[in-house]
Amino acid sequence: MSNKDDIRRYKDGERLHHWIVAVTFILLAMSGLALFHPSLYWLTNLFGGGQWTRILHPFIGLVMFVSVMVLMVRFWRHNLVNRDDLRWIRYLPDALHKREGRLPPVGRYNAGQKIIYWSTVIGMFLLLFSGLIMWQPYFAPVFPIGLVRFAILVHAFSAILLMMVIILHIYAAIWVKGSLQAMVKGTVSRTWAKKHHPLWYREVTQEERK
Amino acid sequence: MASMQSLDIKNRSATSLPSPSVRSHTELAKLIDVSKCIGCKACQVACMEWNDLRGPVGENTGVYDNPQDLNEHTWTLMRFSEVEPDDFSFEWLIRKDGCMHCDDPGCLKACPAPGAIVQYANGIVDFISEKCIGCGYCIAGCPFDIPRLSRADNRAYKCTLCSDRVAVGLEPACVTTCPTGCITFGTKEDMKQQAVLRIADLNSRGYDNAGLYDPPGVGGTHVMYVLQHADRPGLYHGLPEDPRISPMVGFWQGITKPLAIGALALLAMASFLHFIKHGPNVAEEDDDAPSRDKTRDRKEESSHVE
Repeated sequence: MSNKDDIRRYKDGERLHHWIVAVTFILLAMSGLALFHPSLYWLTNLFGGGQWTRILHPFIGLVMFVSVMVLMVRFWRHNLVNRDDLRWIRYLPDALHKREGRLPPVGRYNAGQKIIYWSTVIGMFLLLFSGLIMWQPYFAPVFPIGLVRFAILVHAFSAILLMMVIILHIYAAIWVKGSLQAMVKGTVSRTWAKKHHPLWYREVTQEERK
Repeated sequence: MASMQSLDIKNRSATSLPSPSVRSHTELAKLIDVSKCIGCKACQVACMEWNDLRGPVGENTGVYDNPQDLNEHTWTLMRFSEVEPDDFSFEWLIRKDGCMHCDDPGCLKACPAPGAIVQYANGIVDFISEKCIGCGYCIAGCPFDIPRLSRADNRAYKCTLCSDRVAVGLEPACVTTCPTGCITFGTKEDMKQQAVLRIADLNSRGYDNAGLYDPPGVGGTHVMYVLQHADRPGLYHGLPEDPRISPMVGFWQGITKPLAIGALALLAMASFLHFIKHGPNVAEEDDDAPSRDKTRDRKEESSHVE
């Protein structure tokens, strides 16, 4: 599907970090859900049983947090919210009906992607702090029980919200053909860029002309 | 210890279907008459002996409490409180602290490991240590701050009400050893009746507020106290006045679970429906020409909006 004319969208390091986040997220979601809902406790078998699930989850969480922080530093500039983003949200039904022509001009990321970016970053901070407070046996004993209870609740809620955001993220990547290639090979086709990120496409082509 | 087959299970952690329950058991309870306690700690010793618990030697910090707090080796602990309940009066209140065996146990509700905490039909709440995963949720769930996590094996421990002895018709070790008859054991009904007699006696001795501690907020308990000052349980080393499962724990283990799983499933389903309705979003080569038109459309429309 790709050819020499494709545009570079992600460097090797960026893709590597993205996939570290992706793999750790899947592991965390599975181990976390296993300890959240009794019907999903069987998922602990994938991690070597209940004790191992409880041991591994927080350490995998630290890896994910650090990788998300790296992604945050790499991409924050592209995810600053502007006026067009606010308008884009209002045109969301058009986006969902593939009427891209009606959407406000989109740069490197559209408003939906920016929402996913920022909710992941905020979610990771909430999960880190609440996770540390409830982490047995290292940290939980030093905190008052009331705070641990609150942290457990915050952890559950932010995890579920993050999972919802990631479901949307994964679906968007499946739905918008040509997106996956950006994270696998690092390139996108010109037609893809023109259609989904016209402002970014203009930037890139202007760079090329220089 | 595995579950006692001779004791039927009423509640099992992280389990939605009922457990075997054909045998009929009467509810049992331990009654601790604080007014009769002399603080000899024989119950503490009996508990260690029966359960083979040997903690490290502690430190003397100038008070009688030894060790300072419950721990994985100390499932019951004498708490000594010097209080002045009224002006010009002084009392030394000694309470045998430990698991209260709530009828609505917060530990069991919070536990994520199926069958790691069970409640027998006779009311005893027991930790099945081999299934414990060491997450400490029971500690967060308990309204009495009882379970303790062992750093050696990462499992939570607490008083079992000697479920192994009770299963074969014996009373708990602490009851057998108590030299003053302060601790008694029997059916919950009998214990309540005995408490009535004790409270009448205390009333006649000037303790007008003597009463039974069987807090309804946790459905009642299977370890009950007779207190000289039942109106102020806090005097007894901070015994909670109206213990109940924290609303945060109830919310987390209650409505949050089905709601969260439902939301995830719904979103995944909605995504799938969107896909089969609208199909993949493909950027085609011949999008080029029409897209210019679309750009013009957009400009017109946006000027229209503004």
